[in-house]
Amino acid sequence: MSLLTVKNLSVGYDSHVILKDLSFKVEAGDYLCIIGENGSGKTTLMRTLLGLIPSLSGSISLDEELTGGGIGYLPQKSSIQKDFPASVTEIVLSGFLGGMGRAFFYTKEQKTLALENLERMGIKELKDRSFSELSGGQQQRVMLARALCATKALLLMDEPVAGLDPDAQNSMYSVIQKLNKEGCAIIMISHDVDAAMRYADHILRTGPVPFFGTKEEYLKNE
Amino acid sequence: MSKLFEYLQFPFVQHALIVGVLVALCSSLLGVTLVLKRFSFIGDGLSHVAFGAMALAAVLDQLLTEALKTEIPGLSGNSMLLVLPITMISAVLLLRTGNNTKIKGDAAIAMISVASLAFGYLIMNIFSTSSNLSGDVCSTLFGSTSILTLTGLEVWLCIALSVAVVLIFVLFYNRIFAVTFDEDFAIASGIKASRYNTMIAIVIAVIIVLAMNLVGSLLISALVIFPALSSMRLFKSFKQVTICSAVLSVCCSLGGIVISLLAGTPVGSTIVAVQAAAFLLCTIAGRLK
Ligand SMILES: Nc1ncnc2c1ncn2[C@@H]1O[C@H](COP(=O)(O)OP(=O)(O)O)[C@@H](O)[C@H]1O
Ligand SMILES: [Mg+2]
Repeated sequence: MSLLTVKNLSVGYDSHVILKDLSFKVEAGDYLCIIGENGSGKTTLMRTLLGLIPSLSGSISLDEELTGGGIGYLPQKSSIQKDFPASVTEIVLSGFLGGMGRAFFYTKEQKTLALENLERMGIKELKDRSFSELSGGQQQRVMLARALCATKALLLMDEPVAGLDPDAQNSMYSVIQKLNKEGCAIIMISHDVDAAMRYADHILRTGPVPFFGTKEEYLKNE
Repeated sequence: MSKLFEYLQFPFVQHALIVGVLVALCSSLLGVTLVLKRFSFIGDGLSHVAFGAMALAAVLDQLLTEALKTEIPGLSGNSMLLVLPITMISAVLLLRTGNNTKIKGDAAIAMISVASLAFGYLIMNIFSTSSNLSGDVCSTLFGSTSILTLTGLEVWLCIALSVAVVLIFVLFYNRIFAVTFDEDFAIASGIKASRYNTMIAIVIAVIIVLAMNLVGSLLISALVIFPALSSMRLFKSFKQVTICSAVLSVCCSLGGIVISLLAGTPVGSTIVAVQAAAFLLCTIAGRLK
């Protein structure tokens, strides 16, 4: 079964439809880029997929191992308050909570795993630092490490490189590519079409002329 | 100093210190969550609701006593039994309206809190036979001496509620952090955020009712928010800030109560004045660091 199957989905706010009649599938290990103009509804679609806002019609079905959570999510950057007092370790560990059932406290294994995820992101030395004092690129890596604690199978990212300088953008892209190579499916919103073509294998375009298919089909269409 | 030890012999002073420490501890725990989430409005609104409920309880108590021509032991003078459920229910309702995008949440909360204030004062005015009405109102708003007149039952109720608040906070500490820090991620990763928001709102209601005894309803926000703001000047991790808030809050409360005993000042406003001074010191220390 596919990780994520979307059929005839309409998304929007209240009764105001922003995108309608979307159908697409994400299989294990896919790398899907959602591209489209600013304001075309990419964020709205992702928030609907995550269950943060209700869908207007159609269906979203998740693979069994993902239902009721277990999705890693990297929100659009502005969503976190600037001077929130939180250490990197505290934030990364909180990724585990969704899958902890009735347990109240983190286990030793989880603490080790959190450190490993920081290491995978190349920021192990930041573990005791305060989140608000980090650079934009470092903050995004912390968010990604937290998302990795929540999932092994599916990561949703909303413009993960927005606001980063070119070097930080490239290294963020290569970290994401590495995760994908290790078997994690990626759904990423990007308005950088070049990067989408370089890294993704599937493309979903929102806007007046919607499109869903493989990158090769997309390039042939253009 | 000897005057202080003399005071400490009195049971009502011991009660005041016990309740003061417990209330200070509880009210500091959720401070960060209240400051950083929209919940600070709820806290403020609820303290006004609690004032209305307190006035209602006082009037009902008085009418009942007159009707029965006798005081009911355990019930008379024990407004918490009525104030607590009313405040808890209001907490849940305020949270619901706050989450409703159609009604502007802040406006709804402002409406309810001003209405409760007006209603509370109105019924106190109509029904009270007390010769010192403005004194009664003042002590409900500013908590002047109520902490020194606690009954045994009130002290036990306060201890039980405080233990419950601390226990819930410790058990759900990680989830409270997650929901406060990033609610969207929490939901996506499978945390039932709305359940924890409701829990936080109810705990806030309990804290506010507890704190009314200590500082009165107008000064509650200060008790909840000052320790969190002060420790956020000094520390940068959630755990450090939480622990520092708790310690700071307990110290300021004890200091405030002792000063008010020795100087004869009102308990609530003395505690808040000490809190404000601590905030100033923390701000300076934070700058120097
Ligand atoms: N909370 C909201 N309520 C109503 N409309 C919204 C809300 N958030 C965004 N919109 C509208 O939905 C449209 C799509 O926004 P969004 O999904 O953020 O676009 P994108 O992420 O593609 O830039 C925009 O026209 C925006 O004005
Ligand atoms: Mg967007």
